[in-house]
Amino acid sequence: MRALLIDVTRCAGCGACVEACCEANHLPVTDSAELGPYHYTVVRKVRTRRGEIHYRRLCMHCLDPACASVCPVGALKKTRQGPVVYNPSICMGCRYCLQACPFEVPRYEWDSIAPKLGKCSFCAERLAAGGMTACAEACPTGATLCGERDELLKEARARIAAEPGKYLPRIYGEREVGGTSVLYISNVPFAMLDLPENLPTEPLPSLTHRALSQIPPLIGTAGMLLAGLWWLTDRKREVARAEGAVRKQEGKR
Amino acid sequence: MTRVRSLFWRWVALAILAAGAYATVVRFTRGLGAATNLSDQMPWGLWIGFDVLCGVGLAAGGFAITTAVHILHLEKLRPIVRPAVLTAFLGYLLVILALIYDLGRPWNIWRATVLWNPRSVMFEVAWCVMLYTTVLAVEFSPLLFDKLGWRRASRAARAAIVPLAAAGFILSTMHQSSLGSLYLIVPSKMHPLWYSPLLPWLFWLSAVGAGLAMVIFESGMSARAFGRALELDVLEKLARAMAVLLGVFWFLRLWDLGVRGHLGAALRLWGPGSLPARMLWLEALLMLVPAALGLSDRFRLHPQRLFALASTVVAGFLVHRLDVSTTALAAGSRYFPSWMEIAVTMMLVTLGVAAFRFAVLHLAVFGPAHGAQEIEEAKLAPALYG
Repeated sequence: MRALLIDVTRCAGCGACVEACCEANHLPVTDSAELGPYHYTVVRKVRTRRGEIHYRRLCMHCLDPACASVCPVGALKKTRQGPVVYNPSICMGCRYCLQACPFEVPRYEWDSIAPKLGKCSFCAERLAAGGMTACAEACPTGATLCGERDELLKEARARIAAEPGKYLPRIYGEREVGGTSVLYISNVPFAMLDLPENLPTEPLPSLTHRALSQIPPLIGTAGMLLAGLWWLTDRKREVARAEGAVRKQEGKR
Repeated sequence: MTRVRSLFWRWVALAILAAGAYATVVRFTRGLGAATNLSDQMPWGLWIGFDVLCGVGLAAGGFAITTAVHILHLEKLRPIVRPAVLTAFLGYLLVILALIYDLGRPWNIWRATVLWNPRSVMFEVAWCVMLYTTVLAVEFSPLLFDKLGWRRASRAARAAIVPLAAAGFILSTMHQSSLGSLYLIVPSKMHPLWYSPLLPWLFWLSAVGAGLAMVIFESGMSARAFGRALELDVLEKLARAMAVLLGVFWFLRLWDLGVRGHLGAALRLWGPGSLPARMLWLEALLMLVPAALGLSDRFRLHPQRLFALASTVVAGFLVHRLDVSTTALAAGSRYFPSWMEIAVTMMLVTLGVAAFRFAVLHLAVFGPAHGAQEIEEAKLAPALYG
């Protein structure tokens, strides 16, 4: 499975990745710091004690994505190669994906009367053709690397081990919500990069699965219970009716 | 005097419908962004929080009473089956209408019938809406058939009532709980005072409790509007059930907060960030106080007091569901619906009230029992349960 490794310490903030992304996806180039329906990746900067830090945001391409699991029609799918891709033609616009994404990545065309979702597609077509993402190809400093997830995890660990004083001893995305295809290493806390720090390590869809898997046995139990109660109360009524008839007859005598 | 009052309400209704019509045009010609205050951070607003979550919840009286009468043979409740089914049926139709406003691409709504993603709670919700609306339509249809004089169709629909009631119970239980399950997947975004693994159970309990309150509320309203006598002997039984259900709901909720160690957050009533705790206790106040008072005969057996109790519970329920869908979410406290969102919601409520009135005026919603079997049962009932 393919992945991206983003090394925040190497990012110069040049914006080559943004430009390449816009070009590859035929989108207008902007220097917006916010993701949008037409900005699949952005470069932000933050002032820290270690100076000015630049970092990218884009879809994390979770290994078990919440967005794909909640879509009622399967308009979002995790492909075998890694990308989480969107098919607007079957989307009904319920926006559960926006609600469910823990990284607040999907953006919506609010001003359209046939609105679509906008988010990074991990250059799925380029990947399928054996290439790498436009952003990784364009990055002049190696801050964004594209490769196999296992290899990139190894590379990340090697970089952290080589300069333990520089990096935080952790790879963001290795375990968060069951792991993501976009991995970050950094010299400042991940919360400063707007990456949420309150995520469980278990994939989010398993939270729903626990509830949904109770439904089939619940239907069976409820069905039997209802049938039993119907029979019981019906029988009670019949008995009362028969007793009433007997009493009436006795009264006549 | 009454004429003046009815004229006044007619003008109010017209004004609401006009505002709603304008908002409708904006929504469908310029998009959700122009009509609503929704955003990428707050993708679900009033239309989901009120129209869907509250609308479905308050319709729960329909399946609860249908089950009580047709499965449990609680004959005493029979006189209110029809108004409860009518309420639920209209409620579900309005929910579907609201969804057409809220969905970005409503023309794709049918795709959930052919493209299945059983991992999605929304998929379950979609199927429950479709199937239970069908069940409600069949449960309601005899009233229409009787009016049209279609005896055989009416008899056929009545004959199916027991399996229909059972299907209604199962589908409603799934639907009511799944609305809570929708939020299971956002543990990191939702405030711990509302997020809970018990959400599906809590949603079921609060819906049935408040659904019964809604039936009482509506009986009170229609008794006033149509000059009927209030079925106090029936409604007081509902109030008792309502009190028990809401008691269990709040016990579970507070117990769950305790177990997960968030009771402290529930007690942060002053200072910055105290809004969630305040809202929680407002919900508790509006639901628990009337529930407790409902256990006393002095309140339950008094028409005006009973009506006030039920109305307060309904209000508390609305606050609770709006909290879940807005206050509890990180961006929610900054969201306030646009006037057009409010106009559409008010228009849908107005249409619901008008449709209810129309049905009561033209169909035997509160009328005498039809059909030989029902008359026989009605005669028997006092001997059995009286």
